[in-house]
Amino acid sequence: MAKGVWIVAEQRYGAYRKISFELASTARKLANQLGEEANAILLGSGIEGIAAELGKYGIDKVYTADNAVFEPYTTDAHAAAVAKLVKEHDPSILLLGASTQGRDLSARLVGKLATGMATDCVDLQIVEGKLLAKRPMYAGKCYGEVMVSSFPQMASLRPNVFPAVENSKAAEVIKFDPGLDAGQLKTKVLEVQKDTTGKVDLTEANIIVSGGRGMKGPENYVIIEELADVLGATVGASRAAVDAGWRPQKDQVGQTGKIVSPNLYIACGISGAIQHLAGMGTSKYIVAINKDPDAPIFARADYGIVDDLFKVVPELTKEVRKLLE
Amino acid sequence: MNIIACVKQVPDTETLIKVKPDGSGIDETGIKWVMNPYDEFGVEESLKLKEKLGGEVTIVSLGPARALETIRTALAMGADKGIHINDPALEGADAYTVAAALAAAIKNIPHDIIFCGQRAIDDDSGQVGAILAELLGIPQVTVVTKVEVDANTVKAVRPIEGAQLLIESSLPCVVTAQKGLNEPRYASLPGIMKAKKKPVDVKDAAGLGVAIDTKAKVVKTLPPPARPPGKIICGEEPAEKARELARLLREEAKVI
Repeated sequence: MAKGVWIVAEQRYGAYRKISFELASTARKLANQLGEEANAILLGSGIEGIAAELGKYGIDKVYTADNAVFEPYTTDAHAAAVAKLVKEHDPSILLLGASTQGRDLSARLVGKLATGMATDCVDLQIVEGKLLAKRPMYAGKCYGEVMVSSFPQMASLRPNVFPAVENSKAAEVIKFDPGLDAGQLKTKVLEVQKDTTGKVDLTEANIIVSGGRGMKGPENYVIIEELADVLGATVGASRAAVDAGWRPQKDQVGQTGKIVSPNLYIACGISGAIQHLAGMGTSKYIVAINKDPDAPIFARADYGIVDDLFKVVPELTKEVRKLLE
Repeated sequence: MNIIACVKQVPDTETLIKVKPDGSGIDETGIKWVMNPYDEFGVEESLKLKEKLGGEVTIVSLGPARALETIRTALAMGADKGIHINDPALEGADAYTVAAALAAAIKNIPHDIIFCGQRAIDDDSGQVGAILAELLGIPQVTVVTKVEVDANTVKAVRPIEGAQLLIESSLPCVVTAQKGLNEPRYASLPGIMKAKKKPVDVKDAAGLGVAIDTKAKVVKTLPPPARPPGKIICGEEPAEKARELARLLREEAKVI
């Protein structure tokens, strides 16, 4: 019988992605409820030194395969290795991150394991021994509760939503043979172009400062960038600002852009079109700065300032700088 | 080159979604149905490839009778023919079942490259392209913003958190489209006229030999959780309001 809550941990060049700890803590919690083990799969090159670290977040066993073929990530290498191990151990639940890598890998695994998955979940519960996953649909305009009737019951977790809780275990590290023939791989990464701005990606950011149509032009984003710098935040934009060519595509927050879930989302000059609200609705705190008191964004905001953003934002930057000094 | 583009009909992004009172799904009255925007990028890229390398573009869509409009839209943009998988038994099917039906429709026709949207903006599940690739036994490159194809390989740009990858894959391959890949064209009037005469083959699950076995079920649909009413910060001057906001973020919300 299928047993155990398993995760696929995520790392790049020997450094864990934060989602790995969120996955580990969530697996621990579910495993405790089921009275089963919480185990992890870790693939990469030069990763043996970091494997045991997952114990800190409650993982019992870490299965590792350390091989140059796993770095950088490719779907075919990772999916083959994970599927092999999962078939051998038959876990009841398999969790991945809804990060770019996790989304790519988890969907391929659904195909390989002929099972079902709830994508981009914001809550997981055990009900009568089965996984009940809650996830936004229509970009958060409604939510669905999903149950998977086959094993493993798969779910991917929205980054930044599940807490990473320390729950120290002495994790046992077990090496496994992924049984891969590098010659059979059909995809390869030719080039990795790193973003040199040093900013955290929108989907992983704790704080986001976003500007919309109310910014009036690309040159005015400097005040948004200054506030973001003081807060250690990442800059986002509405579809209107991206479509106008003021900001790059990768900055777009919304139903056809990035779905984000920071602790704090500051919307400046964003009216709050439904497709934008859909992309940031699970943010923990939302601040709206807009001179139109009827802007729909205020209905979603925890704190609102009805005023000229060109006056408020520089003042806010000054005040925050004072507080953080 | 034999190019396939998979498309899904979805509610327009400006649609207000209403949940049925019994939680059994969404209320479809008054919804404006459109082609999934990410699929549109896939259709556009298919047409550009055909213009460059020659060949044929086949549109495959799974959905009820109304999905035919979306297939016709793609044909009006310039695709050559369509396959419409229409079977009431597939309503509510999960990603695996949908991908199995698409795979069954595609496996017996020539396919060098298959485009899908990176996700559909209705269920947001983002699984079908990858499962389809697995079921066809071919590689995938997902969420791409640039594609270059020659006779045997595809090179694609894939943005990830904090980096951009250039990935090479052998053909045939499934590519899933992200915003930024291109600017989809509008159907021209002659295109719309011509589309009416282009062939659309209708299939059902039995005809495709697909077993309907939905494993991931939405057991309940809920409205989004209500947010407690927010606070409008009052004050005489912008500076005063900004000071109060900074204080609240620090002391009340504790997020800075």
